[in-house]
Amino acid sequence: MKAKVYITPKAGILDPQGVTIERSLPALGFEGVHNVRVGKYIELELPAGDGAAEAVDQMCQKLLANPIIEDFEFELVPE
Amino acid sequence: MSEPAQKPAYELLGLKKKEYDGICDAMGREPNYVELAVFSLMWSEHCGYKHSRPLLKHLPTEGERILQGPGENAGVIDIGEGRAIAMKIESHNHPSAIEPFQGAATGIGGIVRDIFAMGARPIANLDPLHFGSLDKARQRFLLEGVVEGIAAYGNCMGIPTIGGEIHFEDPYEGNCLVNVMCVGMVENDKILRARAEGPGNLVVLFGSTTGRDGIGGASILASAEFDESAEEKRPTVQVGDPFTEKKLLEASLEMRDKGLLVALQDLGAAGISSSSSEMASKGGVGIDIDISRVPLREQGMEPFEIMISESQERMLAVVTPENEQAVLDTCAKWDLDATVVGKVTDTRRLRVFDGDELIGDMPVTALVDEAPTYVVDTVRPAHEVDEPLAGDHYPEPKDYSEVLTALLASPNICSKRWVYEQYDHMVQTNNALWPGGAAAVLRIKGSDTGIAVTTDGNGRHCYLDPRRGARAVVAEAARNISCVGAEPVAITNCLNFGNPEKGEIYHQFREAVEGMGEACEALGTPVTGGNVSFYNESFGQAIYPNPVVGMMGIVDDVRLIQDHSFKDEGDVILLLGGARPAVDGSEYQLVVHGEVAGRIPDVDLEMEKQLQKLVRAGILEGKIKSAHDVSSGGIACCVAEAAIAGGAGADIELETDGLRPDLLLFGEAPGLIVVTVAGADADAFIAAAGDVPAQRIGRVAGGALRFRADGEELASMPVADAAGAWGSALEKILEH
Amino acid sequence: MAASSQTSVETVRFGVVVFPGSNCDADSYDMVNTFPGAGARYLWHKDTVIEDVDCVFLPGGFSYGDYLRCGAIARFSPIMAAVRDFAAAGGLVIGICNGFQILLEAGLLPGAMHQNEGLKFICKLVSLRVENAGTPFTSAYEKHQVVKIPVAHHEGNYFIDDEGMAALEANGQILFRYCDDDGEVTAAANPNGSLGSIAGICNAEGNVFGMMPHPERVSDAIVGGTDGRAFFQSIIDSVLEGRE
Repeated sequence: MKAKVYITPKAGILDPQGVTIERSLPALGFEGVHNVRVGKYIELELPAGDGAAEAVDQMCQKLLANPIIEDFEFELVPE
Repeated sequence: MSEPAQKPAYELLGLKKKEYDGICDAMGREPNYVELAVFSLMWSEHCGYKHSRPLLKHLPTEGERILQGPGENAGVIDIGEGRAIAMKIESHNHPSAIEPFQGAATGIGGIVRDIFAMGARPIANLDPLHFGSLDKARQRFLLEGVVEGIAAYGNCMGIPTIGGEIHFEDPYEGNCLVNVMCVGMVENDKILRARAEGPGNLVVLFGSTTGRDGIGGASILASAEFDESAEEKRPTVQVGDPFTEKKLLEASLEMRDKGLLVALQDLGAAGISSSSSEMASKGGVGIDIDISRVPLREQGMEPFEIMISESQERMLAVVTPENEQAVLDTCAKWDLDATVVGKVTDTRRLRVFDGDELIGDMPVTALVDEAPTYVVDTVRPAHEVDEPLAGDHYPEPKDYSEVLTALLASPNICSKRWVYEQYDHMVQTNNALWPGGAAAVLRIKGSDTGIAVTTDGNGRHCYLDPRRGARAVVAEAARNISCVGAEPVAITNCLNFGNPEKGEIYHQFREAVEGMGEACEALGTPVTGGNVSFYNESFGQAIYPNPVVGMMGIVDDVRLIQDHSFKDEGDVILLLGGARPAVDGSEYQLVVHGEVAGRIPDVDLEMEKQLQKLVRAGILEGKIKSAHDVSSGGIACCVAEAAIAGGAGADIELETDGLRPDLLLFGEAPGLIVVTVAGADADAFIAAAGDVPAQRIGRVAGGALRFRADGEELASMPVADAAGAWGSALEKILEH
Repeated sequence: MAASSQTSVETVRFGVVVFPGSNCDADSYDMVNTFPGAGARYLWHKDTVIEDVDCVFLPGGFSYGDYLRCGAIARFSPIMAAVRDFAAAGGLVIGICNGFQILLEAGLLPGAMHQNEGLKFICKLVSLRVENAGTPFTSAYEKHQVVKIPVAHHEGNYFIDDEGMAALEANGQILFRYCDDDGEVTAAANPNGSLGSIAGICNAEGNVFGMMPHPERVSDAIVGGTDGRAFFQSIIDSVLEGRE
């Protein structure tokens, strides 16, 4: 099955990329944009089974995300 | 609402009962929560120097060239022709141990702000790093993260990282050391200070917005040991934004050039609380801050959180009302938020307002200067002994070539190319030497002058004898400066120690500070400031006592500098200095005999001065063609490194003079320099060496390293093999 | 020292663009001013016109922090419209390192940058082979000359599709390739994984050029070399020739 993992900076943690992009958008005519947060999207395939969710959770905790500064969410998509 | 019985608020904030009573005395009443939060940080070890102040005041801090000693954001040293160098070293150990990338990155950010707060443009960073042994995955993770963090921040800022040192040893396993030094250049008439003046002047906060990130971060992290609760402290980790800092730098220097600033201060530990009260203290004034005007990143922040937030990339300036608009305009030009958040008063009090409401009112002197100080009864640890180990304490190695190869491949001796190639070490185009030498040299554009900078420390030596170790560290830094031909002029120091409340640690600290003072006095290199980092312990185990010295030297004509590489076939190799190498505390002892024990030799500071003078003069006269300090790995590694750098072999013939050959080749002692001179100059050079022992130990020859003692061959290998062992060791460890 | 404010016909005028986050702007400015026949001045990223400039110089650095993608935000700076017009009118435009990345993002040069193959920032002296010495940027070099110029980047891994690569090759648009000290283009001598070991290219018209290595860092003997000087000399010569 496929896992889609979304990683974003934790709430309250400074996101320099987000701030910089937010400041740049008005110059291109996009007013009123706020709360820009830049994260990562990761796709991976793994064996289907009961343990898949737990495995992906662990992958996120240990490698894919940095739990100190990042939050993560994921969805499992059967193929 | 019912809450479980709790400890009193002051205790939760890390204050002792006696300290709380002191605050009540200073206030004439009990503090409210905002005031208590501010006091708790200002009186933390990190901000208040509670265990270090009584000892630090004995360090020599004055000299002809010193324009600014300790007490400002950085020291400032006159280098002639109307120019000065600002420099400072600081620790970011605890944040880096928790989150290596951001910890190191924000460490760079903080020290760089200290430099441009003085009005100086940062021209170089140097980063001494200490980790546990690299055979542990966690230590490799820390190393990689820290190096990437330094690179990400420094490279983006356009500040070359030109030096530092990296050491790996078990005592740093639970508590790595990430020290960061920044060097800046400023014209003498543009030096800024953090002295708030002129009641009625405005206080402007500019740079990033303020969030909850880093509430109590630096001060709390740096004021307590690590234990399981370190996990809970994680939310205090800050994220660095080098892009905003670059704009902050340019905006600050533009305002400096336009003469818009009365005073400038960066926001570091304890945020607005410390920056405003320290500025007020220096100027003998008061400051009113209105926290409702501080631009926030998060909703619902409490007033005390705004006062103590350690959000990065912020500066505080004092400006006259006439210049307010120009300051705001300059910040706008650089896309930076800037807000008038307060004003200078004549009250000598830090007053905090939330709009019209007064929510905190504290005497500045009490906040800044009256944190209690502690002197602890010292205990000499059992491992500190009076006598060095006997010459035959360890068995003599059978294969000297094998020992040499092992030492060259030791992570503490091998090439650090893997690290410095990740740092932009050329930006600003002042790099007069390639990395990897004893000291880095920067030319000063528009002048013949060059400056040499180095950082040195040796925790293992300081562990065996903190006084001798600290003396040797200062001498080694000076020796490295002298080995490129520059004259040492001043230091900045970062004092990394364990928990000072323990008698053994306090003993180490006191001995080291006194030793450092003795050496600085003797070598004429006053202390211009620095930083104390205590509580470097994990689970009760302290790091080696590790005073780190950042030293600067000056060379009048940068074209005359020399490096450590052997140059021409037939050049004569000389050993200068009379120190007698010893096994105690050497890399050889640890790598081959698996132990750290004994007593290190003491440095002869008078001889050291003469030795260094001789080497500098030899370089500037063009006689000395290479110079290299004998340090880790002894004479053998010193010669090997010079040979590898020059791609030339060396034939070495030593006299043992009663010393066992392994100690002679691999032992360490402060006060030895290997130089090369042209064959025709050798006799005259030796004759002119005066009191400094100078012996001919060989010549640059062929493509192999050969070491003999009293005529007997001990070790021999092609330079290419030595270069292979030395050059790729770190990559091999990190890529396995 | 060349006076940068004067605009005599003898002076070749470089306009060094300063974006927020540029950090080789001062190095580039200083370097240009060491040439007797040249003078530099700064152009601000919010400027909308470019006047009295012979060569627009987009310097290295981390414009807008290199956030999102290197050069992705800088390409929308007001000055980039003026740079586009300047280039369309035949003016010389050079981008070094981050400047090259901006020119790629802006579509003024073909291709794109990936992260270095080794995934790390890399700063070191590398050897380059001059592939085409018949351009305004390389005329003071010899064809196949090997020069030592440092790189300092995290995203210098050049990519272009097959069709684009064929066009670059066919038009002689590849001006520098990474090589070993003997001039051999090898995988081991490629510091970042660039396709075809490409270090620097120009556009089909031959007036817009970008390269990852930093010639301004090796244009003074005291800081490690002078192999970059011929790059600036080529531009100066070319501008002066054009005036004759």
